[in-house]
Amino acid sequence: MIHAWLPYVLCALLFSVGVYAVLSKKNLIKIIMGIIIAEYAVNLFLILLCWRKDGEAPILHPGAVGQVMVDPLPQALVLTSIVIGLATTAFLVAIAMRLHDRYGTYDITRIRELRG
Amino acid sequence: MMTAANIPLLVAVPLAGAFLCALLARKSHPIADTLGTLTVAVVLALSIVAVFSPAASHAVGGWPAPMGILLVMDGLAAFMLVTVSVVAFLVMIYALSYMNAYTGRWQFHTLFLLMLAGMNGVVITGDLFNLFVFLEVASIASYALVAFGTGKHELEAAFKYAIMGSLGSLLLLLGIAFLYGYTGTLNMAHMARMLGELGQAPITVTALVLLLSGFALKAAIVPFHSWLPDAHPSAPAPISAMLSGVLIKSLGVYTIARLVFNVFGITPELSNLLLVLGAISMGVGVILALRQWDMKRLLAYHSVSQVGYIILGLGLGTPLGILGGLFHLFNHSIFKSLLFLNSGALEQATGTRNLKEMGGLSKRMPTTSWTTLSASMSISGVPPFSGFWSKLIIVMACVEQGQWFYASWAILVSILTLASFLKVTKFAFLGRLRKRFEHVREVPVAMRFGMAVLALLCILGGLMLVPAAKEMLLDPAVRVLDHGVITLGEVVNL
Repeated sequence: MIHAWLPYVLCALLFSVGVYAVLSKKNLIKIIMGIIIAEYAVNLFLILLCWRKDGEAPILHPGAVGQVMVDPLPQALVLTSIVIGLATTAFLVAIAMRLHDRYGTYDITRIRELRG
Repeated sequence: MMTAANIPLLVAVPLAGAFLCALLARKSHPIADTLGTLTVAVVLALSIVAVFSPAASHAVGGWPAPMGILLVMDGLAAFMLVTVSVVAFLVMIYALSYMNAYTGRWQFHTLFLLMLAGMNGVVITGDLFNLFVFLEVASIASYALVAFGTGKHELEAAFKYAIMGSLGSLLLLLGIAFLYGYTGTLNMAHMARMLGELGQAPITVTALVLLLSGFALKAAIVPFHSWLPDAHPSAPAPISAMLSGVLIKSLGVYTIARLVFNVFGITPELSNLLLVLGAISMGVGVILALRQWDMKRLLAYHSVSQVGYIILGLGLGTPLGILGGLFHLFNHSIFKSLLFLNSGALEQATGTRNLKEMGGLSKRMPTTSWTTLSASMSISGVPPFSGFWSKLIIVMACVEQGQWFYASWAILVSILTLASFLKVTKFAFLGRLRKRFEHVREVPVAMRFGMAVLALLCILGGLMLVPAAKEMLLDPAVRVLDHGVITLGEVVNL
């Protein structure tokens, strides 16, 4: 029997892994992957929010009266959030490729002409 | 009249314009220009109509609130819409000529209109997740616009901006998820009532911290400001003007105000937090600006500093403080976008942004010279320019609350701002004309027109405090925030 809060802890851990990658990695692609991991942790968190014990799919049918259902709203939110994440990721990868064209490297320590 | 059914047009029109540009104007510059300008003009007209109409709300798709998404047009939303669309319209006219230096005209217009649609959406939505979606629309369009030049620096700045922006958005989404988990609703007014009934809990504090950090990242408040001095100068000048002028305000400052005043309700702790954040931003921004020689970078640091003023005014939480904050928000939109347009004109005419390399340009570029001067005087708070009045109100509001430290801090930062802009004026426009600039010519008419109108708004901005004008635009906006937490009944029956 797993503890009720265990999924939340794992979710927080996943988020931390993503943020850690963004903050500490030197490679553009790894930074982008960090963003993706953190994003999926947030999506997972939304899905965990709508989970109900013994809940079933939120579809209204004759036998459903009195049944516990999972909350459908966060599922819709996650769909939207995944699409937004896709756009962001596609944009970031495109920029990273362009940066590679200009600098010949993915290493951010060598891509830093802006400062001050 | 602006009826409830017309509210979605404020998002639908720029969105439609963006897609039409992408569909029809790929081959032809004139079509793209016409579509872009017309769309922004329609949005401007709609926003002006909104100011003169009573508050209203619209349930999207006919789904009643709290289930459906509610679009709310109240005094604050109308005020923000006018600010955004006035700046967008003048910047668009300027861009018609300025963007000749770039290729990809239809992409520019499409992204510009998408950004406008996102900002309008953020301002009129009454639903927290919907706000997040519009915020992402505006943000992603702005990342792409920063990278528009596709040079080394533009790409580097855009990547940094996009990473910071995505992290900010994730914090926001997490905060929204926490609040949804606690209150079981996403409608802001409904959420405000549920928060009142359920009371404070550790989870609301967590959510508030997450949301404030996310919005502060979008507003570039110190310590979340590091992306701004790279991103704003790297974009083409009209886009810098939009980003510094209105994007950070509608995505960051407006959302913080909405959240703190209308959803959570302002408390002494929150008020103190905003005051401290504002004061730090003001100081750090101006000190970093003082040592800049790149004109656009200098302006970007001043944005950090001036947003601090707005947050300081709002943080006071009194009607006078809110009035000062919102008025400064409007004024800053005008003069900061004008200054970025000026820097674009200088860069186009002389080929440099470095102040040390300029000099004596006032004779060769008279329009750019006097518009820069009026914007500089306005941002430094010299009477009778618009910035003076808003800063005066903020200082008065501080004194009224007995916050002598913040009042003197605001005056000190204003003096430093003046010093910094004296440097700009001296090095760019006064002194001896360099030999290589003897044949520099003033920029084309469209660019001069945009700058001149904005400069007139800087000079005459103080007139917004004349009672008749104040009751029209500023007072309804102040009332919305001062009213505190709103309830769903009030919003639906607007």
